[in-house]
Amino acid sequence: MTITKNLDNSALRITLEGRLDTNTAPQLEAELKNSLTGVTELDFDFSGLEYISSAGLRVLLAAQKVMNKQGKMTIGHVNETIMEVFEITGFVDILTIV
Amino acid sequence: MAEITIAATLENLDTVLAFVDQQMEAAGCAMKLMAQVDMAVEEIFVNIAHYAYHPEVGEAIVRCEAGGDPFQVVVGFADRGRPYNPLAREDPDVTLDAEQRQIGGLGIFMTKKLMDDIQYEFQDGQNILTLRKKG
Repeated sequence: MTITKNLDNSALRITLEGRLDTNTAPQLEAELKNSLTGVTELDFDFSGLEYISSAGLRVLLAAQKVMNKQGKMTIGHVNETIMEVFEITGFVDILTIV
Repeated sequence: MAEITIAATLENLDTVLAFVDQQMEAAGCAMKLMAQVDMAVEEIFVNIAHYAYHPEVGEAIVRCEAGGDPFQVVVGFADRGRPYNPLAREDPDVTLDAEQRQIGGLGIFMTKKLMDDIQYEFQDGQNILTLRKKG
């Protein structure tokens, strides 16, 4: 998985490419841990993300909890397969998918 | 049915996915179905890697067959770890908000929802889990 970060003042855009799975989720978790201080807008771009597993959901949930306290978080360009996972797990109600 | 025998470790997840993808690709499986099966395979294999032999490491057998009319993918897992039926686990409450969410059990829940059918049996000292999904 490739993670690209783009910080514009307090708005952080994170673009993910590849698979957010058991083996790559810790990478994103580490990136977020170091990047969210002072961020009030977090936007994920999933246009290059093929796939998400429960390990990936866990990291998104943790990010959502942080952003609930300090601003807002959105996820854009979610493909059909990942959307299905968000729907069956109820994550559509937790996340803001744009 | 093609099969591989492999140490049940997280490092081998990519090898298992590549094996399953290879069978599905050779059978001309649709991308969406492949992605759904991959997700299920990951959740099951990771469960075996985490729990079946913990803290030891043991082997898992993964079998895969794709094809037929109607098109169907079947993936079987066998391990000789402690007996464990993941289907007996209670489903998580997927209506709770972010703060109250319990994340455990989500992987097997996703697998149940993504697949058409999952069977578990404990036979000859082996946990045998079989996933089926029609194209």
